[in-house]
Amino acid sequence: MSTTAAEKKTSRRRRTFSGRDKLTLGLFIGLPTFLHVALVWFPALATIYLSFTYWTGIHIEDIQWSGLANYQNIFFETPRFWEAVKVNVVWLLWFGAIATPLGILLAYQIDREIRGHKFYQSAYYLPVVLSMAVIGIIWNFLLRPDGFVNGLLGLPISEAVSFFGDDRYNLWVILIMASWRHIGYIMLLYLAGLKAIDATLREAAAIDGATEWETFRKVIFPAMQPVNIIVIVITIIESIRAFDMVYIIYGGRGGLPILGVLVFENIAGEGASMKGAAYAVILFLLSIVPIIAYLQQQFREDVR
Amino acid sequence: MTSVVKGKANKDSQKVKDRIISIVLGVFAIVWLFPIVWTLYSSLRPYKDIRANGLLSLPSELNFDNYIDAIERMELPTYFYNTAIITIPAVFLTLFFGSLMAFVVTRYSFKFNVAMLLLFTAGNMLPAQLVFIPVFKMYLALGDLVGDRRILYDSPWGVVLIHVAFQMGFATFVLSSYMKTIPKEISESAQVDGASVFTHFFRVMLPLLRPPLASLGVLMTTWIYNDFFWALVLMSTDKKRPITSALGRLQGEFVTDYNLLAAGAMIAAIPTLLVFFILRKQFVSGLTLGSTKG
Repeated sequence: MSTTAAEKKTSRRRRTFSGRDKLTLGLFIGLPTFLHVALVWFPALATIYLSFTYWTGIHIEDIQWSGLANYQNIFFETPRFWEAVKVNVVWLLWFGAIATPLGILLAYQIDREIRGHKFYQSAYYLPVVLSMAVIGIIWNFLLRPDGFVNGLLGLPISEAVSFFGDDRYNLWVILIMASWRHIGYIMLLYLAGLKAIDATLREAAAIDGATEWETFRKVIFPAMQPVNIIVIVITIIESIRAFDMVYIIYGGRGGLPILGVLVFENIAGEGASMKGAAYAVILFLLSIVPIIAYLQQQFREDVR
Repeated sequence: MTSVVKGKANKDSQKVKDRIISIVLGVFAIVWLFPIVWTLYSSLRPYKDIRANGLLSLPSELNFDNYIDAIERMELPTYFYNTAIITIPAVFLTLFFGSLMAFVVTRYSFKFNVAMLLLFTAGNMLPAQLVFIPVFKMYLALGDLVGDRRILYDSPWGVVLIHVAFQMGFATFVLSSYMKTIPKEISESAQVDGASVFTHFFRVMLPLLRPPLASLGVLMTTWIYNDFFWALVLMSTDKKRPITSALGRLQGEFVTDYNLLAAGAMIAAIPTLLVFFILRKQFVSGLTLGSTKG
């Protein structure tokens, strides 16, 4: 390769590599990329394809094109699917209208260094590190027929409120449990964002005689745009994909119908079929808008 | 003049408001902690004490008997061992591959840098359920190919690989945005000195990545430790499952042993509680590294 004057200028950035360096670079990106594509992207595309087929899952040759049959089955012949959608929508509304705003409010108050803010921060942060499995067990202690709440209500076991079994309560109880963790999670994210905001912004607003609410709404909230998007994305994705906790409580059978559990029942174990693939694709399509919003937010500078 | 007076009145009413807010937050904080405190309390009480005096009674004695019992009867050491042989390699490989990708993408200009980064970050956000069926079939097929069906399916390595493949996307994204803040001159001078790509990465860049690697390491450990789904679907032998996934079955098996289960849950939470008490700074900064750029 001949080096002209023009190339020399950029040679610090774009130099020629020795054979060994080329090999090193190739391995450096080749290995991770292979693993990622082979275990994430390829299977994802394969599932999308499989969702349009019938397959017993044993011999590749047996795969039969079925068109939209799996989806038709889900949409028109599986009432449980619509029940699950309803539950997930309520979940999303609850998170969106109550849990997430509470997390933001909490972050805002803690950021103002209100009295006791260090203790509050720790208390609300604690559930965030726990696994959904442990959270399920911990709450089960409070709510089971012989648990704390029924004990407090003074009900004997025979008349105890079945918080997880009774349709009147179970969804709300589960939402409270999920919020227990979600509120702290949102608080942490928002708090970190608030810490990065210029303090003079707030002072200027205070001098102008703005009330707390005005300051938040007109000054802080707009300045938090990037974090707001992340928080919205997390809220939607967590509401759509919720699974662990419900599974822990009901053991994957019956109980509260929710998309995550429905997908699980249809892709793993005895009930596995390509209808499960279609369920997984539906789950994916429901979260595609927040995924794109997230990527757009994170790659705004790069793409420009 | 009037605005000063108004300002003072505002300030006073704000003070009252702040006190009320503080009290409300305090009450909620106690409610927030209660479920954990209650589990802890239950785990320290002997079962017969509750039988004799009722659930809401004051304890006649508190001890660690339930813990010793739980460790033995629930075989917790086995499950912790299973967790360790999954979590440790998975976190290590995720960070290693993530830093390799981030290094090449930010330090060498290729055409597809942004596209690569986008591919990895987007891959990280796909639902696990969307990839499960083919991964499962591929693991079995590979097993048949080498003559050992359980080489990846029902094996810790299969779970490790899927975690690495997924989490790598997040690690790459976080590490590359950190690497962008490291001055290019450092890399350039290494190259002028004739350092190979290999030396450039291991001797120059990797040491500089220590802070984000520490944060990511803590975050990844927590996530992988807390994972429930993958170990549930990719393992069929209960005794091979890590503690988090094993809890589901243990809960069913020991459902009547109220206090034993409480002790088991507390023990299962210990590693994450260590993160809470000791590694909080790393955990939080790991979380926010990915959510807010810079």
